[in-house]
Amino acid sequence: MADLALQVNGRQRVLPGVDESTPLLWVLRDELGLVGAKFGCGISQCGACTVLVDGAPVRSCSLPAKAVSGAVTTIEGLAPDDGPLTALQQAWVDLDVAQCGYCQAGQIMAAEGLLRRNPSPSDAEIDEAMAPNLCRCGTYLRIREAVKTAARNRERDATAGNAGAPA
Amino acid sequence: MTTLNYADIHATFAAVNAELADVARAEAGKGSAADAPAQIQVAKLGRRQFMRLTGLAGGGLMLAFTLRAPNAAAQTAGGPLAPNGFLRIDADGIFIFAKNPEIGQGVKTSLPMIVAEELDAAWEDVRVEQSPIDEAAYGPQFAGGSLSIPMNWDRLRYAGATARAMLVGAAAARLGVSPADLRTQDSHVLHSGGKLAYTELAAEAAAMPVPEADSLTLKERGEYRLLGQRVTGVDNDALVRGKPLFGVDQRVPGMKYATYQKCGAIGGKVKSANLDAVKAMPGVVDAFVLDGNGNAMELLPGVAIVADSTWAAIRAKRALEVEWDESSAGTDSWSAAAAAAAKLRDTAGERVFDAGSVDDAFATAAKRVDASYAYHFVSHAQLEPQNCTARYADGAIEMWAPTQTPGSGIRGVANTLGIDPAKVTVHQLRCGGGFGRRLYNDFMCEAAAIAKRAGVPVKLQWTREDDMCCDLFRAGGFHHVAGAVDDDGRVSAWQDRFVTFTNDGERPVSGGGLSGRVFPGGLLANVRYEQTALPWSSRCAAWRAPGSNVFAFVVQSFLHELADAAGRDHLEVLLEVLGEPRWLQEGQMQALHTGRAAGVVRLAAERAGWGREMPPGRALGLAFYFSHAGHIAEVADVSVSADKRVKVHRVTVAADVGPIVNLSGAENQIQGSVVDGLSTMLGLAIGFENGRAQETNFDRYPMLRMPATPAVDVHFVDSDFSPTGLGEPALPPLAPAVCNAIYAATGDRVRTMPISEAGYRLA
Repeated sequence: MADLALQVNGRQRVLPGVDESTPLLWVLRDELGLVGAKFGCGISQCGACTVLVDGAPVRSCSLPAKAVSGAVTTIEGLAPDDGPLTALQQAWVDLDVAQCGYCQAGQIMAAEGLLRRNPSPSDAEIDEAMAPNLCRCGTYLRIREAVKTAARNRERDATAGNAGAPA
Repeated sequence: MTTLNYADIHATFAAVNAELADVARAEAGKGSAADAPAQIQVAKLGRRQFMRLTGLAGGGLMLAFTLRAPNAAAQTAGGPLAPNGFLRIDADGIFIFAKNPEIGQGVKTSLPMIVAEELDAAWEDVRVEQSPIDEAAYGPQFAGGSLSIPMNWDRLRYAGATARAMLVGAAAARLGVSPADLRTQDSHVLHSGGKLAYTELAAEAAAMPVPEADSLTLKERGEYRLLGQRVTGVDNDALVRGKPLFGVDQRVPGMKYATYQKCGAIGGKVKSANLDAVKAMPGVVDAFVLDGNGNAMELLPGVAIVADSTWAAIRAKRALEVEWDESSAGTDSWSAAAAAAAKLRDTAGERVFDAGSVDDAFATAAKRVDASYAYHFVSHAQLEPQNCTARYADGAIEMWAPTQTPGSGIRGVANTLGIDPAKVTVHQLRCGGGFGRRLYNDFMCEAAAIAKRAGVPVKLQWTREDDMCCDLFRAGGFHHVAGAVDDDGRVSAWQDRFVTFTNDGERPVSGGGLSGRVFPGGLLANVRYEQTALPWSSRCAAWRAPGSNVFAFVVQSFLHELADAAGRDHLEVLLEVLGEPRWLQEGQMQALHTGRAAGVVRLAAERAGWGREMPPGRALGLAFYFSHAGHIAEVADVSVSADKRVKVHRVTVAADVGPIVNLSGAENQIQGSVVDGLSTMLGLAIGFENGRAQETNFDRYPMLRMPATPAVDVHFVDSDFSPTGLGEPALPPLAPAVCNAIYAATGDRVRTMPISEAGYRLA
């Protein structure tokens, strides 16, 4: 078993003894203790496991970790530990989006991926980008509103010379 | 026939039910019936019920509050600051303890808000913590029946008011003034010369006598500063940071990871399995057969795999080959059940309700309408698959469980292991959805049995397939209904011949039984309900708004059919059926009040613009339903294309659940209920053949996504009744509102859920 090398939230991680078929999700959760990404279906249907690889949302439950060569960003990598939340996270708190909250890390990462490539998406573009992410509690209206709020606030922060979110 | 012990299943259901409505009723029965017309007789403090205070070492103020148990929560003088009351105030701050499981219904925020209101604490000063399981201290601790708010409303208000009175008393003593000269605001006692912080007064307050509950004056609604406001969930900051809040996020030292393979057909036993091959796989620590304990609600037979990681356990489970002995297993078949139900159309079932003279009314009717409705089984599909972490040592077990009913879980685990319930410790964790599935704790019993056998702490992880194959399904059902309209165009008779299911051969499954409380029972003079239960092996149980979530579809659609047969406006007929304002069951909890019902019906209709001109292919549909003490009306604005593509533009909801505790949470519950109701009625079904669920993951269970989500307008009636819960009652009216709109738009009456069975698809 070769060592597994991953770049996660800006840190280079070398993990010996990880079976090479292991999906990224379980490396994050079981090996690295990053439990924000969630197991929901195991077949890329619900999006609860969504993380970013090189800025693009991926379903980590079905992606073998050994196939990942890019930089992985998880929900834990958005705001510094107990530091200020990003505009996106703050919008989720301000709008009280969550019910059970289980899907929300995946939702936020999908939204983060969207806003990185499209800083001011239309409602239709938000719907399209967020459609892979299931919310069993049905908080979609608030998710959509939070994405729009975050987009506005990121733009404001960028104008003010503050990126608002780490790259 | 299965050999499973369904008596035990029903014992479990009975226990859970006792923790739901029966507990509320028992508490309510403490002599406050004279307080009617309060619809739910929420627990009231009596003279013999008391709150007890113990000053802790370090000067903390600790309340132990008991309503029913003669032995108040035990306090450990000089012990650690272990929380066992509803609040604790010390120099470190104001802590309020959330007593019930958080499953997404918002009680970890809303219940502490009630304490904070009467305490007059500033919400930003309050730190909320999850309480331990201690029903002597907290009363029943569960999430179900939309009961958390009504069952705890008084208890929590008195908890806050008691502490406030003691803080005022301490300030008065310190200042040498009368308590009457002091008032409180934002975590401070205010006096003529300034203010004193609660945190500063706490040690002195701990020495004050505990006031009799009868001596306390609770706030009037107009005095509320916090209740009714929008408050964001107390876990939201941790949630958006991905902190380990959920059951599935827990780890304990030395922990291994387990999976458990059961037979897809309930009652199947392990004949043989390739255990040696599985044990030889990388990362696998052990694999073994468990025989089950004969109670299908606790431990079914299966094969456990224990591994070094979740993935190793899942991979080994995929390689596991089990030969099942299915000689006693279920052979459930949806197609067979549907055929049986069709044959029962003209067969009278057991008469479960018979008011007036239905036959006479049909004999003199101007018009008679007959129709058959059906709905499929569905799964809970809560997003966090069942899981539980368990550490067994020396005859005792400690568990980290995402459960709606920790008390039942403790009893089930104790029974499974053959140990005293006092030897079972359960930590309640945030649940990734409940919807009724986590009322039942089979996953806890499995984790307990595996941990004991493995000799190491384990986290049991169900896969999605495990979760859907071994769900406790919302049962399907078939209704052959008949209704009469008299010469005046009034609905004059109603008959429902219901074909339902039974797990034990006697009683209908949970949520699968009609009674006189089902609409329009008690409202129309001539109503008859009959039912026949078909045997069914797959476990069925409570699913969000049990019974109501399907009955509403049938009865509120059929009422529209009758209104149409009479050539009258649906709204007018619905209000006529509700009649004069009155309680349907005077003095009983969970009763419908026709005035409140008519109020929400009128409000929803008005706000949705009922009666306005609509473009071709687009219409409004109306439905009302009363469940879980909530009166809810919904109007759906729906377009339907010629090829049966459906677009729900907007749903207008009017709700009367008494005063709102957390406006943000309440609105969220209604928005979510609309989405859940729409998702389920559009395309969700679990089919069964050979005793097995046919849909076992989300690829064949198409839940609603963001693009199809309608706008949801929420209107609360500002009423003075005691507040009731919102986790469930906004779901039932959705399906009939949409189907009534489809009919109004197209003339096609949909009598099947999901409506995909009738060829409808999302636009």
